[in-house]
Amino acid sequence: MSMYFTKEHEWVKVAGTTGTVGISDHAAHELGDITFVELPKIGAVVKQFGELGSIESVKAASDIFSPLSGTVIKVNDALEIAPEVVNESAEDAAWMAQIEITDEAELKNLMTQEQYNDYLKTL
Amino acid sequence: MQLIYEQSTPGRRGVKLPKTDVPAASALPESLLRKERAGLAEVSELDLVRHFTNLSRRNFSVDTNFYPLGSCTMKYNAKVLENAAALFAPFHPMTALLPGGEEFCQGTLGMLYDLGQLLADITGMDEVTTQPLAGAHGEMTGIMLVAAYHAAKGNKAKKKYVVVPDSSHGTNPASAAIAGYEIITVPTAPYGDMDLELFKKAMSDEVAAVMMTCPNTLGLFNPHIKEISDIAHSFDALMYYDGANLNAIMGKVKPGDIGFDVIHVNLHKTFGTPHGGGGPGSGPVGVKKALIPFLPQPRIVMDSAGKLLLETANPGTIGRTANFFGNFGVMAKAYAYIIMLGREGLIQVSEQAVLNANYIKEKLKGHYDLPYDMTCMHEVVFSASKQLEHGVHAIDIAKFLIDRGYHPPTVYFPMIVKEAIMIEPTETESKATMDAFIEVMIEAAQTAESNPQALHDAPLTMPISRLDETKAAREQNVCCAW
Amino acid sequence: MNDSHYCPHTPEEIQEMLSAIGVASVEELFAPIPAELRATTFNIPPGMSEFETFSRMQEIAGENSQGMTHFIGGGFYDHIIPSVVDHLANRSEFYTAYTPYQPECSQGTLQALFEYQTAICRLTGLDVSNASLYDGGTACAEAAMMALRVTGRNKIVLDCCVSPFSRQVLKTYLFNLDVEIIEIAPLNGLLDRSALAAVLDDSVAAVLIQNPNFFGSIEDFSALAEQVHGVGALLIGSVYPISLGILKSPGEIGIDIAVGDGQSLGNPLSFGGPSFGFIAAKKTFIRNMPGRIVGETVDRNGTRGYVLTLQAREQHIKRHKATSNICSNQGLCALRGLIFLSSVGKEGLADLAGLNRDKAEYAKAALSEISGVTLLQAAVTFNEFTLVLPKNAAAVVAGLLELGIAAGVPLGQYYAGLENCLVVTVTEKRTKKEIDLFAKELEVALCN
Repeated sequence: MSMYFTKEHEWVKVAGTTGTVGISDHAAHELGDITFVELPKIGAVVKQFGELGSIESVKAASDIFSPLSGTVIKVNDALEIAPEVVNESAEDAAWMAQIEITDEAELKNLMTQEQYNDYLKTL
Repeated sequence: MQLIYEQSTPGRRGVKLPKTDVPAASALPESLLRKERAGLAEVSELDLVRHFTNLSRRNFSVDTNFYPLGSCTMKYNAKVLENAAALFAPFHPMTALLPGGEEFCQGTLGMLYDLGQLLADITGMDEVTTQPLAGAHGEMTGIMLVAAYHAAKGNKAKKKYVVVPDSSHGTNPASAAIAGYEIITVPTAPYGDMDLELFKKAMSDEVAAVMMTCPNTLGLFNPHIKEISDIAHSFDALMYYDGANLNAIMGKVKPGDIGFDVIHVNLHKTFGTPHGGGGPGSGPVGVKKALIPFLPQPRIVMDSAGKLLLETANPGTIGRTANFFGNFGVMAKAYAYIIMLGREGLIQVSEQAVLNANYIKEKLKGHYDLPYDMTCMHEVVFSASKQLEHGVHAIDIAKFLIDRGYHPPTVYFPMIVKEAIMIEPTETESKATMDAFIEVMIEAAQTAESNPQALHDAPLTMPISRLDETKAAREQNVCCAW
Repeated sequence: MNDSHYCPHTPEEIQEMLSAIGVASVEELFAPIPAELRATTFNIPPGMSEFETFSRMQEIAGENSQGMTHFIGGGFYDHIIPSVVDHLANRSEFYTAYTPYQPECSQGTLQALFEYQTAICRLTGLDVSNASLYDGGTACAEAAMMALRVTGRNKIVLDCCVSPFSRQVLKTYLFNLDVEIIEIAPLNGLLDRSALAAVLDDSVAAVLIQNPNFFGSIEDFSALAEQVHGVGALLIGSVYPISLGILKSPGEIGIDIAVGDGQSLGNPLSFGGPSFGFIAAKKTFIRNMPGRIVGETVDRNGTRGYVLTLQAREQHIKRHKATSNICSNQGLCALRGLIFLSSVGKEGLADLAGLNRDKAEYAKAALSEISGVTLLQAAVTFNEFTLVLPKNAAAVVAGLLELGIAAGVPLGQYYAGLENCLVVTVTEKRTKKEIDLFAKELEVALCN
């Protein structure tokens, strides 16, 4: 399964036409202890780089943008009760939503793991 | 310390109520009554007095500690102001709203009218409404006046945006959003003010207003301010002045003279009224003539015989932003402050506020990074970036200051300065107090190098050490269980 | 030279400071302000001494008519204030502090606000309260905006039995937003339930009611709460805190967000302010609450302490996406409210509420006995009720003001068709003697 990143530090894992979305370890570390994750509603239609949800720590709040366009088909409810999972496992257990991808061509606007690692060095 | 509810004993009372002199009323139907008494405290008067007296001792305050909290203007609150405000305790606001009721409230209405006149002169505006209850409430009122102005010209649909610099107070964009606007944020240039070129690009016919704080939150006076207001006006955008930093400029420059159309004033900052542990404040709004038709009601007006009346039926008004005439008690204090200090006193306030901030800036700039090294007005913003090299953050320096008996400056604001430390000494502090504070700030900088752990451990002298804010946010325990 | 004794520097100290800065004069520090922008006038009168200032303030207070007997309410009420309220709230450790951003040196304010939030939750029977809003009117507006966020809908239904001032504030707050406001005209001083049912559908975000309402009527809104919830909307109730000593709590009624003005809890009339607004809600809505919230936690040693929490909702972090623009609130007035409630206490608040109702019922009987005077509502009332006079109430009120009696609020200016109606308020402070005198003078006024 290949993993792609945005400049705003979201990731998407693509399997067939399904994309699983979360925020990167780097973003989780920068935000500090996560206290709340606002998930999208199932059925919501999202655009690439459009708002998907939001995430809060004690002293910061930031929007989560969707790496790809699509329709939300599943959300990780567990994060509403246990937001700390984002700090423990941002790029795995703390996935936030699954979307049915509408335009795979949009992947060209994202970074690969390697490109993202290089991008982090420039920050 | 125990909560007041943990000291309750059933049946105990803190005050005796008046005896009844009328027959008891017949009982209300059961369906309208609460099933159980509200679980309030049951304590004696002495228990109550000890509890709150001991709680008060767990606070730093202006009267007990130097409190250089930037952007908040924590000046000394003259005691006569408290006495003056208490004189007005018995007056019911509805009296003035009764038919012919103004006649019985000429003192209080007159004071509000006079306060409006004084504030109009200080700020260079044509009329002031005293209704807004705090600074942010004034911002919202002011931007609503802007919205009403554009709507009256038939431009409601066209005007969509409010422009703010990225150094602005968070209340500016939040207030503009309530008033129905989208926000355009303009970055700060290396010279410490809103980037003029980017501002020009942001402007269009769709901009309703530009909200500025001047001096800004970096404590710097924007030398391009007139040019900015001219550009804004060329797009029929109005200029909004956030009066949070008015303490720097009284008698020196008037916002109304340099192109601002609407302004709010924080009476609890500039005009010496206490901050009350979070409020009450008061946020009167001044406007230029073009906005007078939209002012909130009831509006206090003077007839040709000098009698104060209430205008309640102006068709252009935005309506009412608070139930009555604003935080009258706070305004009584501010009025007393202004008439007591007078013209020369107010000028001196601004001069010494600016002198004190520059003095601290000079004394500390060798020890802390000063990202915008120029003459500041009433406050100065340092960065703890040098200390960060040793793993010490602004918050650690803040906690060290607490151990030394100083309320910390504002930290992490403005957001555009990394590890910001924003110091506003105000004019009421003596040189000796500032010198002692400067010594402790230098000691903090030295400790950051020699023993960073000591800063991480602070504070050690308070009833509690650093608190787990993550736990609070995750558990949301905001009310004592019962 | 030293015009303000609040600016302590001596000329020598000023010189030393100027030298340290490296400028020759204070004026040089104002050089960043371009010369052509400098103020050319500053017409504030010369200052005066503290004594003269106080004398002037006494003169101003003296220009209001003194010793008015209040039978008026309209959101502000003439209640007793125990002496401890002034003495404790006027401790300068409380009133000269600011927002408790640094919790270690602000536990006094923080714990007091936590205790305040607890008092409001217990009074309203709801789960969460914030640390205060500005006043009762703005609290109604904040609650409506909260309901818009929670439901994602854009329609508010307003019972016009809600204070006309609060309704006007709410409308002003929402005037430039894309929100539809539907107003339900009152029916004999009560909510017109069939008119409400006709507009209640799944596009409504919230219904706002007041209990007791502006006419003084108490209603049972439990069934309404079910009806409102049935369409997925929220019920917002504006309540009078003293009445909650005995009346069914908003939580028991099924109200989702309760708001009100806290002036009656230990804050003087003070010509309309400062008082405070309170807001309490069911726990699920906590992230949509406006303003400061204090939460309990522990320090590094496990000691209990209090902090400002859920700050990511607020303007200083979320800027234009914040749940509200509120920053300064009415913290000291909320502290007065807490001290008042803790002084009066659990049984005392019920007794105080009962005393209000006893006095009001006595007055209601005495005033409605006057020839030609009737009662607008058959409904039960708390400490306010509406009389129907045989003539225009405005003129009657103006006449009685001359006698030092603020007889009530005439409704003509707020409700078309109710020109003869007068809302009379009777708190525990009114004596039988004052009520009897009022009845006598009203009778005389009506004969003229």
